Amino acid sequence: MLTLKNIKFSAQENGEKVILSNINFDFEKGKNYVITGANGCGKSTLAKIIMGIYPLSTGQIIFNGRDITRLSITERARLGIGFAFQQPVRFKGLTARILLEQASGKKLTTAQACEYLSSVGLCARDYLDRELNSTLSGGELKRIELAGVLARDCPLNIFDEPEAGIDIWSFNSLVDIFKKSINGNRTNIIISHQEKLFASADEIILIKDGEIAMHGAPAKIMPKLQNFGKCDKLRSENE
Amino acid sequence: MNKIDNELLQQIAGLHDVPAGAYNIRKNGELVGRANAAGIVIESKTDKSGIDIRIADGTRGQSLHIPVIVTETGLNDLVYNDFYIGKNCDVLIVAGCGVHNTGSEASGHDGIHTFYIGENSRVRYVERHLGTGNKNSAKILNPTTVVHLSNGAAMQMETIQIGGVSASIRKTVADLADNASLDIKESILTENTETATTEFVVSLNGKGSSTNVISRSVAKGSSRQQFNSVVDGNNECFGHIECDAIVMDKAQVSSTPALKNTDANANLTHEAAIGKIAGEQIIKLQTLGLTKEQAEDLIIKGFLS
Repeated sequence: MLTLKNIKFSAQENGEKVILSNINFDFEKGKNYVITGANGCGKSTLAKIIMGIYPLSTGQIIFNGRDITRLSITERARLGIGFAFQQPVRFKGLTARILLEQASGKKLTTAQACEYLSSVGLCARDYLDRELNSTLSGGELKRIELAGVLARDCPLNIFDEPEAGIDIWSFNSLVDIFKKSINGNRTNIIISHQEKLFASADEIILIKDGEIAMHGAPAKIMPKLQNFGKCDKLRSENE
Repeated sequence: MNKIDNELLQQIAGLHDVPAGAYNIRKNGELVGRANAAGIVIESKTDKSGIDIRIADGTRGQSLHIPVIVTETGLNDLVYNDFYIGKNCDVLIVAGCGVHNTGSEASGHDGIHTFYIGENSRVRYVERHLGTGNKNSAKILNPTTVVHLSNGAAMQMETIQIGGVSASIRKTVADLADNASLDIKESILTENTETATTEFVVSLNGKGSSTNVISRSVAKGSSRQQFNSVVDGNNECFGHIECDAIVMDKAQVSSTPALKNTDANANLTHEAAIGKIAGEQIIKLQTLGLTKEQAEDLIIKGFLS
C-alpha cells in the first residue's frame, strides 16, 4: 500500500549532509511496522518525508498505486495518511474537541469525541473543552495527539515516537491502540525506541547510518537487536 | 428596522428578535425600542444624550441589551450611559455597536459607559463592535468604560472588535474595593489600514482585589494596533496582564503592559507576545487535511474566540 523507491534525503548544513539514502521498502496493508534505530539515524525524517513535511529531492513514494512524491501535506492527508507528531503542537484557543472534529472531518457528538479521548486514557469530559495550550502537560497533549490520529481513521497512520512523554500510562494501552487502529485493513508505521512496542509489530525495520540495515518479523530481528544492545547504543557500537 | 439593521443587531448583540429582559435599542442617534424588566429601569438622560439604568438590589438572572447601530453616513453618535447596579445582583449586560457606512463621510459612535456596581454583585458585560459596508468608508468606534466595583463585587467584561472598524480607541478605567474582581477579555481583529488602540487602567485599591486583563488580537494587512495597559496594586491584591498578538502581512502591533505598586503585598504579573502564526501549527492542521488558508482561518478563529 506504500512503496518507497530509492529515497535519498540530504540536509544543507555546512555543505550537504546525507540523512537517508537507498531507502527501498514496500509496506503492506493491514500490518503494524515499527521503524527503529539510534538517535539521529533518520527515522523521524523518513516519517516526515512520507507525510510530505520534508520535500523529497530524490526518489519516489507510491501510495495505493498513486505517485504522491510531489503532493502537498494537505493532499496526502486527504488521500488517507495520518500523522501523530513526536512533539504535539500547542494552540491557544483551539480545544481538544475542535482538533478531534477537524481530524474526523465532521461534527462529533460529545459521546463520540469522548470515546476517542477515553481510548487514549483521558477522562474525556475533563478534556473536551480544554484548550491545547500550555496548561496541558506534555503527556496530556500527546494522548490528545494520538486521539486525533484515531479520529482521522486513515488507511495509513504514522506515529512518531508515540511513547515519548507518556510516563504513567501503561504501554499495554498504547499497544492496544495500535492493534485496534489496524482493524484488519489499516497500516501503522510507528517510529519507536521502545522494545515493548517491537513485540507487537508485524515487522521491525532497523535504520542505521541513514539506510535500512535489516527488517523482518520481531522473532527474527529482536534477538539481533539484543546483540546490538539497546538501540541508543547502536551508534557507539558502530564507532 | 431593515435587513442591514437586523444583521448588525444579530452580530453585535446576538439578537434575532426583541430580546427577553430589559432592552434599549438605538439607531442613528434615536431611540427605536425600550423595555424595562423586573428590577431594571431605563430612563433617558435629560441633560445630555444617553440613558441611566438602575438595577435594584437583589436583581438576579436578568439581562439587559443596549445595542447601538449607525447606518447614516457622516453621523457621529455620542452617548453617555450610566449603570447603577445595586447590591447582591447577578445580571448580564450586552452592549455593542455596529456601524454600516457606504458613504464618503466618516460614521461613528462614542459610547461612554460608567458602571457603579454594588456590594457583592456580579455583572457579565459583553460589548461587540463591528463595521460593515464599503471598505473605504470610515467607521469609527471609541468606547470608554469606567467601572467602580464595591466590596465583593465582580465584573466579567468581554470586549470584542469583530472586524471592519476603521479606527478605534478603547479606554477602560476601573477601581476595585476590597475583594472585588475584574476579569477582562479583549479580542480584536484589524485588517487593511485599520487602527486600534486599547488602554486599560485598573486600580486595585481594596484588600483581596484581583484582576486579569487578557487581550488577544490579530492584525492583518497593513493595520496597526496599540495595547497599553496599566495595573496599579495599591493593597494586598493580585493583578495579571496578558497580551498576545498574531501579526500577518505587514501589520504592526505595539504592546506595553505596565505594572505599578504602592503596596508591597501587591502581586502583579504580565506576559506579552507578538508573532506570526507558528509554522508548526499550520503544518499540524495540514496533516489533518486543511489547506494553509483553512489552517490560518481556524487558528485565528480559535485564538480570538
